[in-house]
Amino acid sequence: MNVLRFVLENHSQVVELTLEHLWLVGLSTLFAMLIGIPLGVVIAHRPILSKSVLASANIIQTIPSLALFGFLLPMPWLGARADRLAILALTLYALLPIIRNTHTGIRGVDPAVVEAGKGMGLTESQLLFQVELPLAANVILSGVRIAIVISIGLATIAAAIGAGGLGEFIFRGLAMVDNSVILAGAIPAALLALLADFSLGCVERKLRAQ
Amino acid sequence: MVTPAIEFRDVSYNIAGTQVLSGLNLQVARGETLVLLGRSGSGKTTALKLVIQLASPTTGEILVNSVSNASTDIIQLRRSVGYVIQEVGLFPHFTVERNIGLVPRIEDWPEDRIRARVRELLDLVGLGSDVALRYPHQLSGGQRQRVGVARALAANPDLLLMDEPFGALDPLTRDELQREFKALQQRLHKTVVFVTHDLCEALRLGSRIALMEAGRLVTVLTPAEFLKSKDPLASAYLRAFDNALESADRSTL
Repeated sequence: MNVLRFVLENHSQVVELTLEHLWLVGLSTLFAMLIGIPLGVVIAHRPILSKSVLASANIIQTIPSLALFGFLLPMPWLGARADRLAILALTLYALLPIIRNTHTGIRGVDPAVVEAGKGMGLTESQLLFQVELPLAANVILSGVRIAIVISIGLATIAAAIGAGGLGEFIFRGLAMVDNSVILAGAIPAALLALLADFSLGCVERKLRAQ
Repeated sequence: MVTPAIEFRDVSYNIAGTQVLSGLNLQVARGETLVLLGRSGSGKTTALKLVIQLASPTTGEILVNSVSNASTDIIQLRRSVGYVIQEVGLFPHFTVERNIGLVPRIEDWPEDRIRARVRELLDLVGLGSDVALRYPHQLSGGQRQRVGVARALAANPDLLLMDEPFGALDPLTRDELQREFKALQQRLHKTVVFVTHDLCEALRLGSRIALMEAGRLVTVLTPAEFLKSKDPLASAYLRAFDNALESADRSTL
């Protein structure tokens, strides 16, 4: 029960790092949604663009996270603060599931419903906000959910460039060869991921039931 | 002479190198129910979509109330026309009330007027006001189709476009809805363009029948003329119908 003792003795730091972790994940997911959802909508309406956009997001996803942090390090304004770098990298990783699910969700709306909407004289934005987005909402949300769960895990690596978060304990534990310190970072991170997954899953089910 | 409600002037429509419609000239008179009869792929649905610019003609022009579609505000045009499609296209996330009240709502009618209109329309299409708060998936096929008609009538359009509205219904419900539609039409006197591949439906509902085949208009006949027509395609339709009755007759012997 060394982990428990360590956590109790350092509880203020555990709380601090958890909040830092949430900050990194929350802000990057928000940015990814602000970019990814509009982009997903655009490529759903313009199929010519969809291949190249999805391919780019796919390629980003294949870059190993540690390498991506390294690549971004020399960038001028970003490199000045590690948390900015981490948020950018996490945003890039979160893009793929969000873009792809928005694309799938919008494309999955029954064409008869879209046609009826057009035929009744809905403008393009009315069609988007009143019909397409609400009907695609649960698919988009499940993309956000995947993105968050991935981000919570990935954000632990952000500590390697000094961006903080629960990864601090993991890297410190690795350096000290002390499993209880590693677990003090890993267990809260895993719990966060489970909690996020569960609560967003509940929202998703509620949306689907409507 | 009274101007036609809709006029197709030498309209052709190509998509991906395929000629879907060619040289269509057709006038729809005010207050009539014109049925576009033809098999699938004959271009009848396309002709209907061209009226509200869900597709644009490759050549030729379409006039609605003497105004060319090319020079009109498409959104306003669509809102002034009632449109019913086969799959109904009800919004699954809206209640019946919101579905029917959609066009009035985007046209900024006051809330109480919308509610009153929805009740009135539900009554008109033979549905109780208790369905107003249900969602489309909680309705039967016949009820959904009635809601589709009510929704098309919501903003009181003069022109109704109906694309096989009763095609997906069982024969008994279809018969019931056809009868009600006919009665409704006698009261409302809308101009209706009705697409179907069902000869009985065409004869029953149409004041004129425009027979289409492979993207061309073959002939336009009243139901009475249709029954006596020497036109090979019209006779083929009648023969197909007779054959069905005959073979059913024979099998009962």
